[in-house]
Amino acid sequence: MMRVDRSRLPEVGLDPIFRFPRIARHTLENGLDVRTVEHRTVPVSTFVLTVAGGLGADAPGQEGLAAVTADMVDEGTGESDAIEVSEALARIGADYDVDVGADATLFTITTLSRFAEQGARLLSAILTQPSLRQADFDRVRQLRLDRLRQLNDLPPAVAERAFLRLLYPEHPYGHLAIGTSTSLRSLALDDVTRFHAGTFQPDRSTLVVAGPGSHDELRQLAEATFGGWSASRAVAPAAASDVEPAVSLQRLAIVPREGAAQSELRIGHLSARRSTPDYAALLVMNAVLGGQFVSRVNLRLREEKGYTYGARTGFDWRRGLSPFSLQASVHTASTADAVRDTLAEFDAIGRSRPPSDSELALAKASLTRGYPRNFETVQQVARAAAQLALYDLPDTYFEAFIPRINAVGTDDVVSVAARYVDAARATTLIVGDHAAIGESLASLGLGELQVLPAES
Amino acid sequence: MSDLELPFAKKTLHNGLDVIVHEDHHVPVVAVNIWYHVGSKDERPGRTGFAHLFEHLMFEGSEHHNSGYFPPLQQAGALLNGSTNTDRTNYWEVVPTSALDLALWMESDRMGYLLPALTPDRFETQRDVVLNERRQNYENRPYGFALMAIVAALFPPDHPYHWLTIGAAEDLRSMRLDEVQEFFRTYYHPGNASLALAGDIDAPRGFELAERYFGDLAGGRRPERLRSPAALEREVRLVLEDRVQMPRLYMAWHSPAMFAEGDAEMDLLADLLASGKTSRLYRRLVYEQRVALDVSAYQNSRELAGFFLLAATVAPGISLTEIAATIDAELQQLADAGPTASEMERARAQTEAHFMYRIQTVGGFGGKSDQLNAYNVFRGDPGFFQTDLSRYRDATGPAVRAAARRCLPFDRRVVLSVVPAGQHAAALAGSVPVSVS
Repeated sequence: MMRVDRSRLPEVGLDPIFRFPRIARHTLENGLDVRTVEHRTVPVSTFVLTVAGGLGADAPGQEGLAAVTADMVDEGTGESDAIEVSEALARIGADYDVDVGADATLFTITTLSRFAEQGARLLSAILTQPSLRQADFDRVRQLRLDRLRQLNDLPPAVAERAFLRLLYPEHPYGHLAIGTSTSLRSLALDDVTRFHAGTFQPDRSTLVVAGPGSHDELRQLAEATFGGWSASRAVAPAAASDVEPAVSLQRLAIVPREGAAQSELRIGHLSARRSTPDYAALLVMNAVLGGQFVSRVNLRLREEKGYTYGARTGFDWRRGLSPFSLQASVHTASTADAVRDTLAEFDAIGRSRPPSDSELALAKASLTRGYPRNFETVQQVARAAAQLALYDLPDTYFEAFIPRINAVGTDDVVSVAARYVDAARATTLIVGDHAAIGESLASLGLGELQVLPAES
Repeated sequence: MSDLELPFAKKTLHNGLDVIVHEDHHVPVVAVNIWYHVGSKDERPGRTGFAHLFEHLMFEGSEHHNSGYFPPLQQAGALLNGSTNTDRTNYWEVVPTSALDLALWMESDRMGYLLPALTPDRFETQRDVVLNERRQNYENRPYGFALMAIVAALFPPDHPYHWLTIGAAEDLRSMRLDEVQEFFRTYYHPGNASLALAGDIDAPRGFELAERYFGDLAGGRRPERLRSPAALEREVRLVLEDRVQMPRLYMAWHSPAMFAEGDAEMDLLADLLASGKTSRLYRRLVYEQRVALDVSAYQNSRELAGFFLLAATVAPGISLTEIAATIDAELQQLADAGPTASEMERARAQTEAHFMYRIQTVGGFGGKSDQLNAYNVFRGDPGFFQTDLSRYRDATGPAVRAAARRCLPFDRRVVLSVVPAGQHAAALAGSVPVSVS
């Protein structure tokens, strides 16, 4: 037996070749865009239906409508009430999930493959023919109002809500999916019915089917379960991504939380669209700056200074202009220092301290070498394929990803950092103890501290 | 169903390290997963939070790689993490097949040679990080102290489950470096560890690599396992004031330990009570009567003992007393008549599906490598998967009813009211204020 050489780390071998399974496209007669992916590891199947309408489709004053509508669909269909729908899902062990995003809402159902058709029929029934009854609407809305009240106790949720509002003043992206108590109270069942009719249409939706079976079999499954969905003539809501956001002028704001043990921080600004040609360079830049454990921001705030349990930067990608921001929860006494250090890192990467060769190599390798593990389960594969439809990306996107990241150079990173990351226009939002940190925040030189209300 | 299995090969190295290999070549990655059989149950009163703080130190460097654990592995495309609970500490990497040697080198170096790299500076920084983790996940989170109060009331002060894994802040502050070193010598060695490799690898190669990287580390004695009884003599009512909008009621009972008789039944019972709109408590409290915003139930099965936890947040204008009465009526009903056949059928279908969903990934928390180690460490048999599944498939309505009658008595439980600050009166009658920090 060979003894281990502990004088140096073992070499890493050549990267394994990564192939994303082929995506086949079909259009049903009703206009539904169907994409099938064969996946045969274990007998599990996933269906993802994407409708073109997320929180950005909420009209002004009706914030929360997309989410209430998404919540309402499984409250009953045909003869079945909410309990019976839930019972039917449970009897086949189905995993049903709803994700209300900025631009779209994704409905996912995963089942053992022997129940795939039953699962898809259920999904089709609730999405295309929901009962939308008054009593269910009253209950769902009340639960959401109560949840909203509870969110006021959760610093990350309070921070997210206030931060979006600051970054997107008067813009359809400027709220959480759940909306506000005022907007929720103003909603009526009619609004839900209208939103459903306008948004849930076969010719504006995409269905991904993934599981064991040939493309042809998977397509037939889609045809059998969603082929009878007919288009309505209702008007679809406008797309938020088409609305140009105004420039946010506020540099520093706080939502007071008396006696808080930690300050919840958000620091950032709008950056780019998901479709930007700079996407690959931005991912590499973010990996150097704050996208992973070994990034500059986490090493500084957590490992060097011990201010926080963890700090991350990232993009909240949308079809329209998307936020780039830092998220961290820091010890109250270290709040101003953490803000100062973060802004210094934002400033340095595109100017005084471009990434070193080893930082660049690490960032790129961490994005590419681990890439295949993102496509292990049928649900991961199906959701990945749904992302392509959502962002108008080509079917070759996943296989092109690794070469695209590998082509990013130091100059590209510096150039996108200088263009898209700007400490001078970043907005800093804190949920924390105003009395304890107000004075130290004034020393940051970020202008007047705006005090925001704690409740929505 | 023949598809539901988790095949493996196992070998024990001469130093006592168990090595388990599972083959799955669908994606070119290998999951490396190591369990050390140590958790917060191995701590002593006044020295709590030790095992978890120690987990942090495992990422700070070892003798032959005397700097951060993350950079070389992330550069190699690995995803990695670790976690500590009452019973065990686990560490894992999911690496491209080409970086398996690197991961094993790193894991074996910190198993064998951690202490020379453990400096006072690194210790102090990680102590601060853990104190921040505690602030973020407990002190600054609504209802964050509830579980702390519950386990403190369920288990006596010298019982290993009397405290949560995060530990007490003052214990963390008073911890010394020499205690950490002693902890490492006692618990971190091949004889107290189990290594699982799952993914793009075969058994001969897995055993060969394990032998190469771990074979020359010194073995050690398996630490003594603590046993400690715990029982409640009466109903204990507590109240905790917190920064919350809505009062929440918790009920907790002693219940069977992990894999013990009645454990699977209590798990199914938790689903029947509070999983999904069809479940009894959700349907009654949230859907029909609209007196609660949410309800949850959980059979918390641990190595030495279990506890069954129920929680419900009241809707505005409703009292905790009112929902407590409704919950008790539902529990009584279940204890009297047991579950229906259709409830059992549904629970079994869900369980079977979830066993299948869990074998979709090779690595990470709950993936196949983690499951194999759990079965190996707690049962001495990585092949326990089938038996585990049978526990649920074979559970009957009468057995679930019997478990409910035996485990959920009204006169031997902890009932905790968490109420908004200053609203002590919102608690159940006779509740005693409890102080946790």
